[in-house]
Amino acid sequence: MNTMTVDVVTAILVIPIGSAALLALLPNYRLTARLNMLASFLTFLAAGSLFFLERPAPGSYLLIDDLNIVFIVLNTFIGFTTSVFSASYIAHELETGRLTPNHLRFYHAMYQVLMFGMNLALVANNIGLMWVAIELATLSTVLMVGMYRTHESLEAAWKYFILGSVGIALALFGTILFYLAALPVVGEGLDAMTWTILIDHVASFDPALLNVAFVFLLLGYGTKVGLVPLHAWLPDAHAEGPTPISAVLSGLLLNVALYAILRFKLLLAANPGAIAPGPLLITMGLTSLIFAAFMLYRRRDIKRMFAYSSIEHMGIIAFAFGMGGPLANFAGLLHMTMHSLTKSAIFFAVGHIAQVKGTQKIADIRGLTVSHPLLGWSLVVGVVAIAGLPPLGVFMSEFLVVSSSFARAPWLAIPLVFGILVAFGALLLRVGGLAFGEPVGSPAPVEASYIPMFAHLTLVLAAGIYLPQPLVSWFQNVAAVLG
Amino acid sequence: MDRLVFDIAHLLAGGLVLVSFMLLYQNRLYALLNIFGLHAFVLSLSVAWQAYIQNAPHLYVTASIALLLKAIVIPMALHRIIRRLGINREIETVVGIGPTMLAGMGLVALSMSIMLQITAEAGQLAREDMAFSLSVVLLGLLIMVSRRNAVSQVIGFMSLENGLVLAAAGAKGMPLVVEFSVAFSILIAFIVIGIFLFRIRERFDTVDINALDSFRGEQQ
Repeated sequence: MNTMTVDVVTAILVIPIGSAALLALLPNYRLTARLNMLASFLTFLAAGSLFFLERPAPGSYLLIDDLNIVFIVLNTFIGFTTSVFSASYIAHELETGRLTPNHLRFYHAMYQVLMFGMNLALVANNIGLMWVAIELATLSTVLMVGMYRTHESLEAAWKYFILGSVGIALALFGTILFYLAALPVVGEGLDAMTWTILIDHVASFDPALLNVAFVFLLLGYGTKVGLVPLHAWLPDAHAEGPTPISAVLSGLLLNVALYAILRFKLLLAANPGAIAPGPLLITMGLTSLIFAAFMLYRRRDIKRMFAYSSIEHMGIIAFAFGMGGPLANFAGLLHMTMHSLTKSAIFFAVGHIAQVKGTQKIADIRGLTVSHPLLGWSLVVGVVAIAGLPPLGVFMSEFLVVSSSFARAPWLAIPLVFGILVAFGALLLRVGGLAFGEPVGSPAPVEASYIPMFAHLTLVLAAGIYLPQPLVSWFQNVAAVLG
Repeated sequence: MDRLVFDIAHLLAGGLVLVSFMLLYQNRLYALLNIFGLHAFVLSLSVAWQAYIQNAPHLYVTASIALLLKAIVIPMALHRIIRRLGINREIETVVGIGPTMLAGMGLVALSMSIMLQITAEAGQLAREDMAFSLSVVLLGLLIMVSRRNAVSQVIGFMSLENGLVLAAAGAKGMPLVVEFSVAFSILIAFIVIGIFLFRIRERFDTVDINALDSFRGEQQ
């Protein structure tokens, strides 16, 4: 039984990296798009089976526990649905000549490298290995963002690369400081970087060193999460890259970076002398939420607008985890899941819309529910969901975040609710223009698969109405671990 | 003997900070590249010295990677790129040399005061090393924000990574994994940069970030 789990963990890592090598070699793009789907599906199956198998004892490098299973399953699920969306998306990009078959070989290989990097970061038990994995994931997305090689996409990729590198450098410095803090207690070598060993001994580490290390880690990985004021790369990278990458960036990579912060937050919380990491996260979360909410009003590009909405939601999630406690952590986990599902569904819709209308400008897209009823209404549902209206899942998680903050620190709930309402207004204002009125632009039908989008929206709707008991108890369990 | 060991480590790490300052005021690309070569050379000496005093043979690998790749191969490759693109001209700076140097001194003072205070429990050697390496990291950041040209931003980034390698080498017994991955990531980063430079040239015949900045992301 135990060896089987080890095999599953290996599969989660080997399938993406193996298929990346394979996809880089195969020339036929139809075949590679299918293989990409197949590889992502197999990874998802392997990840799903983690729920049922017994867990292996944590090693020096890899770890499976309650916390990361949630992230891994979400990660591989959206990785799979996005690969389905991507197959129909890129076929259209080939037709319009924005991409060539050679680009696609590269694109598919990089997609799997990205999945590998994210999965490795999630299963890593070693803070150094986690850093390497996040760096790998970042570099692969940089390359994909610059793939169209237009003026705009190159600038976006360059900005992302420079800011991302600075972030990753700060995170590494924080990691080294953490090792230095562990050195006198744990001793030299791998043990002093192994998370499960660190958490056992962290109480006797030097608090001053831990504090500075955490500040570096928060700034470093916070850049990846897109927390204000470290967010400058995020809207550009989302707007200029291929839409499947926008979906994966928003839905997954931001979560992975947040996961890294959570791991270090747990370590800090276990040391009595260290600063409480919560208030730092709350401050950054609220700043991101309110800043992004106001920025939503001035967006003219549809992908850029939803990128700002991602900053807003990462702010809410960081706020929830910063509050801590069983209820707020539960709300944070639920909100993260709901946001990932909803936001990637929205990006799927936006991808189809931008392709059929040939533009990303909000002013040039109108009356979608008339010209493309199915697509238009899906976008409306998605935006209503992300704005936090009942009965969809995001409403429930936002409600939980707000009510937990009312219970714990009522005065913090005021800016929180204010930010959510401001963002709500902006989103509804924009979606009105996009979805209703006289249709503008090409009425050509969309030849693409809507299944991934519908699957996500159905899940979000279902979660808003009824959360299955096993899921609830699982999340409660994880929330308790998060402290 | 112990005193001498410490002094040499101190000298080399301090030398790295000094070379970082030299990077800060260069205003020609070739000169900047040569100084970066020197930066990497001093780093490799410093790491090799750490390898010797910590009796950690794997650090010699890190030192030789720094020497071969960063002191020789990368500057040569960047020389070629600069020649091919014909961009050997003065580097535009965002602010003047004077204020930049002052800011640099402020950053060094800041990192000294932070690191020396918090690493009281670590050994004397590690303390000095971390303080110097944080200075190099912050100076690297300063180079990146005070330059407009893509090549000099890249050099700023690589000097920042040098600071990280110095920190990793100074942390006693840090597993090989990390140094190796640092070196590896620099290589990847370089490939990425190479591709970028190539593409940027292909599109605009310039590697001046200013030219990219004309597009503000959103057209009115």
